[in-house]
Amino acid sequence: MSHADDHEGTRRDFLYYATGGAAAVTAGAAVWPLVNQMNPSADVRALSSIRVDVADVAVGSQITVKWLGKPVFIRRRTAEEIEQARADNTANDLIDAFARNDNRDAALSADDQNRAMDEAGEWLVMMGVCTHLGCVPLGDGAGEYNGWYCPCHGSHYDTSGRIRKGPAPENLPVPPAEFVDETTIKLG
Amino acid sequence: MSGIPHDHYEPKSGFEKWLHERLPVVGLAYDTLMIPTPKNLNWWWIWGIVLAFCLVLQIVTGIILVMHYTPHVDLAFASVEHIMRNVNGGHMIRYIHMNGASLFFVAVYIHIFRGLFYGSYKAPREITWIVGMLIYLMMMGTAFMGYVLPWGQMSFWGATVITGLFGAIPFIGEPIQTLLLGGPAVDNATLNRFFSLHYLLPFVIAALVAVHIWAFHTTGNNNPTGVEVRRGSKEEAKKDTLPFWPYFVIKDLVGLGMVLIIFFAVVGFMPNYLGHPDNYIEANALATPAHIVPEWYFLPFYAILRAFTADVWAVQFVSFITGGIVDAKFFGVLAMFGAIIVMALAPWLDTSSVRSGQYRPAFKWWYRLLLIDFVVLMWVGARDTNFPHDWISLIGSTYWFAYFLVILPLLGLFEKPTTPPATIEEDFNAHYPGAAE
Repeated sequence: MSHADDHEGTRRDFLYYATGGAAAVTAGAAVWPLVNQMNPSADVRALSSIRVDVADVAVGSQITVKWLGKPVFIRRRTAEEIEQARADNTANDLIDAFARNDNRDAALSADDQNRAMDEAGEWLVMMGVCTHLGCVPLGDGAGEYNGWYCPCHGSHYDTSGRIRKGPAPENLPVPPAEFVDETTIKLG
Repeated sequence: MSGIPHDHYEPKSGFEKWLHERLPVVGLAYDTLMIPTPKNLNWWWIWGIVLAFCLVLQIVTGIILVMHYTPHVDLAFASVEHIMRNVNGGHMIRYIHMNGASLFFVAVYIHIFRGLFYGSYKAPREITWIVGMLIYLMMMGTAFMGYVLPWGQMSFWGATVITGLFGAIPFIGEPIQTLLLGGPAVDNATLNRFFSLHYLLPFVIAALVAVHIWAFHTTGNNNPTGVEVRRGSKEEAKKDTLPFWPYFVIKDLVGLGMVLIIFFAVVGFMPNYLGHPDNYIEANALATPAHIVPEWYFLPFYAILRAFTADVWAVQFVSFITGGIVDAKFFGVLAMFGAIIVMALAPWLDTSSVRSGQYRPAFKWWYRLLLIDFVVLMWVGARDTNFPHDWISLIGSTYWFAYFLVILPLLGLFEKPTTPPATIEEDFNAHYPGAAE
């Protein structure tokens, strides 16, 4: 076998791999748009920000608003609820140790003070989506901890929206929210 | 095509010869229909025909329903009511399609448990079994997406819960869930793609059914004794078998007739018995129904999904050794899919040298317990998760896995089977002494 034959062999190998590589890249490039079309379209993606008038929300009641296709709970808590939520900061059956508040540092603990909107803790705003499999929990003191209860698979949340019992792994997350004036909350 | 020696198609007329040389399609149909079939098959062997009938029934009624249905969040619910009230005979066609899905699953569960008892999954029929499991998975996907189309409350929340399963996968779960839904929540994009796939998958199933039939026509059918057909010569094989047409086709059609009497009684007199009334309330993204219950055929696996909560030691152990990557939610998802995977692996988990459960005295009892376990899981899957339902579903789920992963492998080593008959002919003659000629 001459040196020239070896040389021809490597050229053949190179062409083989180059062609194979080009075919793989082409196939991938052709398939990607077919998969990507399933991702959210521009109108869905257009991030919406909504303003919610909370002037009519009485103490001890809650409203549910739709934001990005999902429900958001806005609850004006009673003094007892706030007291219960803060007393439970040290409860030993808290499953998720983090605040899950988009407005604060991600490392903050699950203390009620880190989840409520205001210092006094009267306003609690969170996604109405169970962190287990996405059902809407029932509110107004439902469940064993007088907060929220998810009827799908039996997750109990306390008066601060923290998961206490059941299959859900995380506390109900707090979305980006702020008071733009005395009676209006801006979501997003 | 078949490993059992038998007479093959011989084209007779000039046209048949002309066609056969160009496209042997008549020969293919002839050999498929005339396949030698063990003559001792009992009534548990009719469900293949029932399943084939269900697939055709669902495709035909489905194509008709599409002529009147509108896949849009504003119109879907109303268009189903339009089918129910305005379309000529539309209510009947929809009720048949709805209950047809249930009949499909009744038949597939009996068919699967038939295979589990008589060892139909064991060598050399592993491919038939695996293809069957793929068909079963496709059926579940198709049924799930079909249930979303009427856009009722159960449609919407069922879709939310099931697509949420994918969100439980660590790291890549949320992008996958968004890709499936086409947005942050179940909405119009979701409805449209489910409609598209619900139309597509039955044809994929039809193709897999052809492969399923091809596979067991290559190995030959199993039978209640699990004894193979003798293949030494055509004459020997004929002592053990009869051609599928007309003997088994007629028998299967009698069985199908009986099944359809019950089916149409349900369709006619209690069409909503197996459904859920909440699905006659239009989908509402802001209110979850008090009890989200899947269709009955998903309940055993739904019970397994819910059984593994964060307070189960196995969940805590797995969560600990994976550094928290596998949490209770992902563990439940893995358990649900795992329950089907262990069933698919039965051919390699069953170590017994005897195929049919008839000749396995200990196996019989464990198998009966599995049947009861399946029914109990189905029952508890529709209940809430309070005590004692949490314990029942946990024990039931554990037995499901124990049966496939512990009992099947160990039984083969410790059980002393009785002796099966030497031939299928011997078994047949023992049942029908007068039939021996």
